[in-house]
Amino acid sequence: MSDISLLVLLPLLASVGAAATPRASELWGLPATALTAVLALWLTLDVLQDGAREVAIGGWAAPLGIVFVADGLAALMLLMTSGVGIVVAIQATSWGVWPSSAGSEEAASLRAGFWPLWLATLGAMNALFLSGDLFNIYVAFEILGLTAVGLTALSGTRSALRAAFDYLSAGLAGSLMLLLGVALAYSAIGRVDLEAVPMLAETITRRIALALLVTGLAVKAALFPLHFWMPAAHSSAAPVASALLSALVVKGALYVILRISIEGGAGMEAVRFALAIMGAGAMLWGAWGALRATRLKLLVAQSTIAQIGLIALAIGVAGDSLQQNGLWQAAALLMLSHAFAKAAMFIAVGRIAEELGHDRISGLNRKELRPGAAEFAFAIASVSLIGLPPTAGFIGKWLLIDGLIARGAWIWVALILIGTALSAAYLSRVVSRCLRGGPHIAASAHHPAWSTGDITALGLATSALVLGLASALPLTLLEITVK
Amino acid sequence: MTSDLIYICAGSGLVGLALYRLSTCRDMLLRVLSLNVLAVGVAMLFLASARHAGITDAVPQAFVLTGIVVLVAVTAALLALAERVDGQDDE
Repeated sequence: MSDISLLVLLPLLASVGAAATPRASELWGLPATALTAVLALWLTLDVLQDGAREVAIGGWAAPLGIVFVADGLAALMLLMTSGVGIVVAIQATSWGVWPSSAGSEEAASLRAGFWPLWLATLGAMNALFLSGDLFNIYVAFEILGLTAVGLTALSGTRSALRAAFDYLSAGLAGSLMLLLGVALAYSAIGRVDLEAVPMLAETITRRIALALLVTGLAVKAALFPLHFWMPAAHSSAAPVASALLSALVVKGALYVILRISIEGGAGMEAVRFALAIMGAGAMLWGAWGALRATRLKLLVAQSTIAQIGLIALAIGVAGDSLQQNGLWQAAALLMLSHAFAKAAMFIAVGRIAEELGHDRISGLNRKELRPGAAEFAFAIASVSLIGLPPTAGFIGKWLLIDGLIARGAWIWVALILIGTALSAAYLSRVVSRCLRGGPHIAASAHHPAWSTGDITALGLATSALVLGLASALPLTLLEITVK
Repeated sequence: MTSDLIYICAGSGLVGLALYRLSTCRDMLLRVLSLNVLAVGVAMLFLASARHAGITDAVPQAFVLTGIVVLVAVTAALLALAERVDGQDDE
């Protein structure tokens, strides 16, 4: 038993415990989340000190055994998941899962549902980041898919249930594409570990396998044009669940795409080009959707589509990682910054909707209520998503654009700048309405009272900001690879 | 050789049909069914690829078994969700 496998085992066992004792599910959930965060931190320090490492569980090697690989990228993703997870978990303890218009009995049953689902999500994501072969990645995706759908359906409204059904059926179709890709890859090269990925670019059957793998992953990552299930799922879930889904769950698929691109090396040029095109399409389509959205949660969900597009574009234009041009590190940094900012944004939106009683964007100008901490958190998160200094989003975009200019790839630079301008446009639809003073605010207007939602949203948004100042650490971590 | 080809063609046919149905149909029960057909097609391709000159490889069979277990669980979850959605018609 090693500390690496504990990162997967502990949340999954705690999830079973929380499901078995619904009344005490918080007592399982918070300590298990905190302990997993400590384990992730410990592993990161280990990786920083001694370099990457591999563990074959039970001494069984591939293809029958399970091999966990912990390198810098995996450690960074584990830290990201634990970091966002612990703050969202704190939010979930105090708030219940749903703003408490529902009776306390119903809130209690929602809470009892949240903790087992979240812990299983955490375990599945950790397994995904550590997996060293494609079949274990498939298994981790299946657990993740089921728990993410559970989180979507948690609020129990008709729209949430319908969105959960669409999410699960799209996710299952994606998983089956992934499985078919794994099958073809195994029959072609006789192994499924990630180190064999470069061999997938060689013959036509292998390329079909690779295409199926990437298609399956694109469905799971909600990458344009396979994002159709996502806006409804992310905007109709409870705020805490939306934060987890949008900040973390889609990152799982993006991580595997990045991993395939890195491991694949020079042979993946066609895949990367397709990713860049899809990413550019997603940036424009998501921005268009966000500009037209009438509800705040839908705007944030559409902005996730655009941000996923930006990350996919970064992975796509990064080129062969062996050239050491630093572009894929930019993609990883953008994933990190998006996770914190988007979680902050969804929690802030949940808070705003709770104060206002609705989440229509046109109704953000209020007579009797001044903007509060949640609006402030939304604004900081917006700064990070747009990519203004000093946030991590800025550093990521800077690295990306710097590398592209050095290569003379002006068309991609232009697309990224257009995407940035559009994201500023749709986010300012919200921020400007909150900032606007003037006669429409009544003299007796008051600020909303502080609640946990404000503190957690501010905490996450500030983390996204501070990450930009401390971005040397993740970049050092990313230097550490197995080879 | 020909029997291998039959399995591969039938498997691809099932996958194609299921994907077509899945993308054109809004009825929930039909979508659950087409996902199951899709899974059967994938399993068929998997098993066909496991047979090389009469020797059967055990690893793809283990993969298919895992896939079946997952499929049963996901189908149950889908049906439960579909029932809940229908149960809330009055709201």
